Amino acid sequence: MKPARLAVPALFALAVFMVALPFGLKLHQQDFMISLLVWVLVVSSYRLMALTGEYSLVHVVLMGAGAYSSALLAKLAGFSVWLAMPCGALVAAGLAAVLSFPLFRMSGFYFLIGSFAAGEAIRLSWTYFTVPFGGPKGIKLIPSPELTLPGLGPIAFYEPIPYYYLTLIVVGISLFVLYRLENSRVGLTMNAIHWRAPLAESVGVDTWRYRALAFVIASFFAGLAGALFCHYYGTANPVQFDVAAMVYVLIWVIVGGVSRFSGPIVGVVVLSVLNELFREAEQWRPLIYGCILIAVMLYLPDGLIGLPARIRDWIEARRGVAALPAGAEEPADFSSSKRH
Amino acid sequence: MALLEVRNVTKQFGGLTALNDVSFAVEPGEIRGLIGPNGAGKSTMFKTIAGFYTPTHGDILYDGTNIAGSKAYANAARGVVRTFQETTLFQEMSVSENVLVGCHLRARSGVFSALLGLDRDKRRDAEARTEEVLEFMGLGARRHQLAKELPLGSQRALAIAVALAATPKLLLMDEPFAGMNPEETQHMMELTRKVRGSGVTIILVEHDMRAVMGLCEYITVLNFGSVLAQGTPAEVRSNDRVIEAYLGGA
Ligand SMILES: Nc1ncnc2c1ncn2[C@@H]1O[C@H](COP(=O)(O)OP(=O)(O)OP(=O)(O)O)[C@@H](O)[C@H]1O
Ligand SMILES: [Mg+2]
Repeated sequence: MKPARLAVPALFALAVFMVALPFGLKLHQQDFMISLLVWVLVVSSYRLMALTGEYSLVHVVLMGAGAYSSALLAKLAGFSVWLAMPCGALVAAGLAAVLSFPLFRMSGFYFLIGSFAAGEAIRLSWTYFTVPFGGPKGIKLIPSPELTLPGLGPIAFYEPIPYYYLTLIVVGISLFVLYRLENSRVGLTMNAIHWRAPLAESVGVDTWRYRALAFVIASFFAGLAGALFCHYYGTANPVQFDVAAMVYVLIWVIVGGVSRFSGPIVGVVVLSVLNELFREAEQWRPLIYGCILIAVMLYLPDGLIGLPARIRDWIEARRGVAALPAGAEEPADFSSSKRH
Repeated sequence: MALLEVRNVTKQFGGLTALNDVSFAVEPGEIRGLIGPNGAGKSTMFKTIAGFYTPTHGDILYDGTNIAGSKAYANAARGVVRTFQETTLFQEMSVSENVLVGCHLRARSGVFSALLGLDRDKRRDAEARTEEVLEFMGLGARRHQLAKELPLGSQRALAIAVALAATPKLLLMDEPFAGMNPEETQHMMELTRKVRGSGVTIILVEHDMRAVMGLCEYITVLNFGSVLAQGTPAEVRSNDRVIEAYLGGA
């Protein structure tokens, strides 16, 4: 197939572009790129969760759990930031493991609401307990990582360009892991649960276990994203990880399209770049996002990544109509399989 | 010893008694018929044996152990696999992916070995089993099609292929011939015999009486959740109570 042959050179070109990118950008744009990479990891990990068919509202709070834990470990417990970040991710994964017990007794709408309630409970505990979480103001002056390369001296990770590369590497590796997982036997099983849980169960799949597994792994990477976030911007507070942020994640995922690995990434990149280009229109953001969301749901059920196929089908249908004026065939069904 | 022994099983849904003190036993290697009018409790019996429902009372002895109330996935690992009355497939997946999922028990691996590709032998084994099952069910030529694109007869065959991929010892088939034309039914009967020939014990729920009478050595009749009669096809056919139940229900 053509896309597969193009994939390696395209990925290579993308990597070169991403490495060269920060030198062409202004300072605030470099900041923007770091946060964009972090959100790319958040939406991609969310997709792993969605692969089993459950949509949760606790994902961004678990991202926050990763941020808070990593920040506290580095600030109060004196952990090196390099150790604190993976530990933050593990705390998020651990929280997800504990939450699996009540949450996966529910499904569909009840799961959604249950996950929301669990997230709010966690978030309110950050607001409520000033020690150690800092209350409504959260944690400030979170240290950035330190690294001294022999011969080069210390690297200034508080500067955008070095931190951008750190984020690029961590997010790149994480995406690779998520992609491989999705295309492995484990991903196949998760996808099967999404389509027909009882059938999967009847051939020996412990659906509870796989749902929990997807949730725990997704939360690990959300926590890692949170840790990356807070050690650059230096703060972690309850408002950063509130339900509005969760709604944006959902919008990115849905607008991009959940049927492919690249969908949510396309969603977050396109919408965030648009947002960055029209910064003056910041107060219109919810309205514009809402309109885009409705338009996509109405006209692009597969999301933005379904657009090329739609256009191709449309052109072919027109050509078909021109070639065979009578009895031209219906265009093919667009609804594509969930895994690619 | 019986492979399956259902002992005094009762299943209630709120006030409704779907199964009432049902007992019967199935010997290894049998094709057992389980028949009865609509709503008699046949599917409920299957779901209870397979672990989708916990019986309100009673025991289900499989190979000597009581599996009443044990989970469906755990029963599948013991070799008890059911098919579904309504066509139930992974509609958006290809035919071969459907069967690959059916190979779960032999192919499952941890996250890390899946990530590092250490599960290669298991994946090969699952692929080999998938090919074998697809050939067996005559679906080889359709392996790349999406399940939802198959004609009904092939969808039914695929549902059985998914179950077979899990290497059942006891296969519970819920109306496998529903909606099939006579040729398809004939073909599926052959396949069912072949499955039994490969060492699988089968319980068959079916309304197509010619198929049931042709396939089963022994038949259990349910009516309103209770066992109405048991016997060979000839005995069941000439049983007055059975005739009355079917005519009364019509
Ligand atoms: N989950 C459930 N909750 C409540 N009642 C149920 C449930 N499942 C089945 N029943 C009831 O139990 C009775 C037996 O249903 P069951 O599906 O086992 O019948 P059946 O013999 O398979 O019928 P058919 O030949 O129509 O498939 C019916 O009255 C049905 O309405
Ligand atoms: Mg039934």
